[in-house]
Amino acid sequence: MSLDKEKIKHVAKLARISVDDAKVESLTKDLNSIFKFIEQLNELKTDKVEPLTSILNQSLRSRVDKINDGKIREKVLKNSPKENEEFFVVPKVVE
Amino acid sequence: MSDITTQNLKDIVDQVKSKKISSVELTQSYIKNIEKGKKLNAFVTTTFEQALTSAKQFDTKPNFEQLLPGIPLAVKDLFCTVNTKTTAGSNILNNFVPTYESTVTKNLWDNGAFLLGKLNCDEFAMGSSNETSFFGNVINPVGDQLVPGGSSGGSSSALAADFTPATIGTDTGGSIRQPASFTGTVGLKPTYGLCSRWGIVAFASSLDQAGPMTKTVSDCAIMLEAMAGFDEKDSTSIKKNKEHYSKNLKDNVKGLKIGIPKEYRVDNMPKEIDELWEKGKKILKDLGAQLIDISLPHTKYALPTYYIVAPAEASSNLARYDGVRYGYRSKKGKDLIEMYENTRSEGFGDEVKRRILIGTYVLSSGYYDAYYLKAQKVRQLIKKDFDDNFTKVDAILTPSTPSSAFKIGEKTNDPVSMYLNDIFTVPVNLAGLPAISVPAGLDKKGYPLGLQLIGKTLDEQKILNIAYAFEKNCGYKNNIKKWWV
Repeated sequence: MSLDKEKIKHVAKLARISVDDAKVESLTKDLNSIFKFIEQLNELKTDKVEPLTSILNQSLRSRVDKINDGKIREKVLKNSPKENEEFFVVPKVVE
Repeated sequence: MSDITTQNLKDIVDQVKSKKISSVELTQSYIKNIEKGKKLNAFVTTTFEQALTSAKQFDTKPNFEQLLPGIPLAVKDLFCTVNTKTTAGSNILNNFVPTYESTVTKNLWDNGAFLLGKLNCDEFAMGSSNETSFFGNVINPVGDQLVPGGSSGGSSSALAADFTPATIGTDTGGSIRQPASFTGTVGLKPTYGLCSRWGIVAFASSLDQAGPMTKTVSDCAIMLEAMAGFDEKDSTSIKKNKEHYSKNLKDNVKGLKIGIPKEYRVDNMPKEIDELWEKGKKILKDLGAQLIDISLPHTKYALPTYYIVAPAEASSNLARYDGVRYGYRSKKGKDLIEMYENTRSEGFGDEVKRRILIGTYVLSSGYYDAYYLKAQKVRQLIKKDFDDNFTKVDAILTPSTPSSAFKIGEKTNDPVSMYLNDIFTVPVNLAGLPAISVPAGLDKKGYPLGLQLIGKTLDEQKILNIAYAFEKNCGYKNNIKKWWV
């Protein structure tokens, strides 16, 4: 399987990363060499193998459905790139 | 008096306890070293004032019962530290000041230590040479043009250069053990779930583990004991009793069965690494251990598996960097989508983008089964290789890396050749096992090389003990000359 420039631009769109045309060329080369390496896995027959979904021999713990923090709006907003007292601010999305 | 900073953590703790040195004096000695060593670029941020204040507080009201009494520590800049900038080596977090403390660093502070500074690392821990950091390359104290390994390259460099008595890193595919090997230091990746991941900038959540990096094995036991422990806030944290690794450290390996996997050899591997492996086997055998040849047949598939699983998890973890709630935001873009795209394009470096794209692709509709599901199946086979062999052996001995430290720029044009650095360390992460890298010798260029001991799940004490016995009998001495002063 080889990746062409169009496919890479599409994946970049999905990943929300803008890639300028000048960079697509080298990116295509790098990703193709990485995928060639990854595709060694196709040598293995794995039809009867169960996928590994957790390496811990325990299931995830559940906890009591109880609020144990909160009232930290100031802390939550402290690193927001655009200041506002109560909300995160983004560019206008509705006309 | 000899320079305190050249000593190991255990001896330093003893001297603080016997009041031969105060915490303030100790801290000042490290600050002096760090200021003279800026050339190595090991630090992203220093917190000297805060450290001296903590040291003074300790000296006024000392508690000598703690594991790390009045000890200043620099840590990898992947651990969130309250009110101290935490960048993960990335432009996208260059202005991020956490309002909370990671559990692992909090554990260290609760044991008497305090923060000396934040150490450079590969961007989001993605790299094997510290060359992907937004804050520039870190230099290996071993030699002017050498990489310190990665991703915990600032940690390994700072430790080997006597900028901190011990440190911590994170290891997703070898990021503690490979830099330890490149700098002649000890690095341990604990069992997945032993140290809390809470408050650590996430890379690949099913593989990430924090662990100690130290000058000696007994220091490693002290640090692991201080940082490990169950944490309610990490859903994959293992609930178990606290272990006293340092008190229980014993150098007796008599009767232990050590597995030697035939697959841990690669083409073009320098002869010296094979020789060193032989030396390691002989040392353990002479101490009464039994060597057993074993096979881990899926070893060669570990790296390809890793380069599906890790980028997939990373692409999902790093989706949070959108310029909305914290971190960098681009000023360009006419709407929300363009703001996202420009923020991520300007905020992430090339290697991080590459891995996000790999991850997004392997998880995208129509490709999931061929890549991600396939990788999860092979991961099962890799884990089974270890499970099968750990019914026969107590631990496994391998080289830590397929080469010694290389030159800056030597591998940056070929991502796959860079990835091959982690060929001996990655299988351990995929199987969630503990492993330690111990310095074992120098190659003909005088660069350090390490050997790796892999243990069963939660068998940290045993690999520490074997490493301790090995260290005592190996006679390793680094030849770092402080050329940067």
